[in-house]
Amino acid sequence: MADTLERVKKIIVDRLGVDESKIVLEASFKEDLGADSLDVVELVMELEDEFDLEISDEDAEKITTVGEVVKYIESHK
Amino acid sequence: MPEQADVLIINTKQSLRTDFIIEVIVMKRRVVITGVGVISPVGNDKETFWNSLLEGKSGIKPVTSFDVTDYPTKIAGEVTDFDPEQYMDKKEIRRTDRFVQFGLAAAKMAVEDSKLEITAENAERVGVYIGSGIGGLSTWEDQHSVLLEKGPRRVSPFFIPMLIANMASGAVSIQFGAKGPTSSAITACATGTNAIGDALRLIQFDHADAMIAGGAEATIRPMAFAGFCSAKAMSTRNDEPEKASRPFDQGRDGFVMGEGAGVVILEELEFAKKRGANILAEVIGYGMSADAFHITSPAPEGDGAARCMRNALKDAGIAPEEVDYINAHGTSTDLGDIAETQAIKAVFGEHAYKLAVSSTKSMTGHLLGATGGIEAIASAYALRDQILPPTINLENPDPECDLDYVPNKARKADVNIVLSNTFGFGGHNATIILKRYEA
Repeated sequence: MADTLERVKKIIVDRLGVDESKIVLEASFKEDLGADSLDVVELVMELEDEFDLEISDEDAEKITTVGEVVKYIESHK
Repeated sequence: MPEQADVLIINTKQSLRTDFIIEVIVMKRRVVITGVGVISPVGNDKETFWNSLLEGKSGIKPVTSFDVTDYPTKIAGEVTDFDPEQYMDKKEIRRTDRFVQFGLAAAKMAVEDSKLEITAENAERVGVYIGSGIGGLSTWEDQHSVLLEKGPRRVSPFFIPMLIANMASGAVSIQFGAKGPTSSAITACATGTNAIGDALRLIQFDHADAMIAGGAEATIRPMAFAGFCSAKAMSTRNDEPEKASRPFDQGRDGFVMGEGAGVVILEELEFAKKRGANILAEVIGYGMSADAFHITSPAPEGDGAARCMRNALKDAGIAPEEVDYINAHGTSTDLGDIAETQAIKAVFGEHAYKLAVSSTKSMTGHLLGATGGIEAIASAYALRDQILPPTINLENPDPECDLDYVPNKARKADVNIVLSNTFGFGGHNATIILKRYEA
């Protein structure tokens, strides 16, 4: 869990250029981290590569916060 | 003097027949340049750029950005020491192609130079017109590799907005909140001049009061190199990079690719005066023509180029004899330099031998869609400083190129009117004419 969060954080910092301290479990990608719809698509691609899994478009649409991403990855590993 | 550009002066005369001949003269508003910004192989700011040109300094070196082992041409005018973080944040850098980064950087410097403040009050009267000849080539190459290696699901969602050639205009209008007319020229090597000329028209005819205009290009990449090499268009003087771009010289063997951006701030004269802007030069004419001849070769005798210059002179309402200096297209290709010389002689007659002509591409290389932008700046600075930048590497002039090309050394001169030529693949020709500003 902690390891997953760290890896997710690294990708978010790199892609969205936000300060790491802002990346908490409750943070919303669009509202708190300044991501637009294109950023979200790209983040999903990065996460798929990083964790070697496939996130369907349907699932991706439901994920809006950092915590939801971590939970999704943990349950699909 | 009417205040509005759309005021018409209508003279009606009764002809021999009983109907009326209506003569309509549309008043064009005067337009001036109030700021410039440049990213180039000879400097990433306006003064370094200009001083390099006056010193006759070449920006051509061996290519470092990719492995050129298999390419016949191994040299270019690369932009070095460019730090996009000076102009945009990391996230923005990741989602913009290099040509957009150049365009945005040049636009920021130009706006700063002009001290133009884009506010809620004037935003709808400020527009952007920055072209690119090719667009996001590096993005295309990178993402095409991703497509082949990883499949369509891995192609970036930013691929299209990074690729499209209008995105320098888009990014600049977003950056400054400029809500006026925005468009982009794509006319190969005439792009920058078409962008400035079209922006000029938008101000002349009252669609905008100020325009951020020019060109941006970043194509020193394998695909563009391979294509231009196959077309046998580029110099292969790889062992002497600084001597490779040699317009009008017998030893020339093709153009040398450069990259960068040149952006100017155009303003309606009264708008500029009202805010106390520093006026660099007036833009008094713009002409275009098509060769309608061949996709890459110039028309015989420079026919298209000649008609283009004539159209610009007519638009400016000046006689050919009033032109003091021509910033030539002069790309260092065998056919192009001769055709342009023939065109100048056809338009200017005896005066062709009295005016000065130079090609600053001898130093910068050919920035393709950005070339009209940086050469408009060189032309404006020639007026400002009353000095002509040279054509370097002109050691043995081609007998068919027998004009005064300001060989090898900058020269002080009385310069009142400057004409800047650019001609592009597809037979696109564009010329603008600048004049020393007089109140």
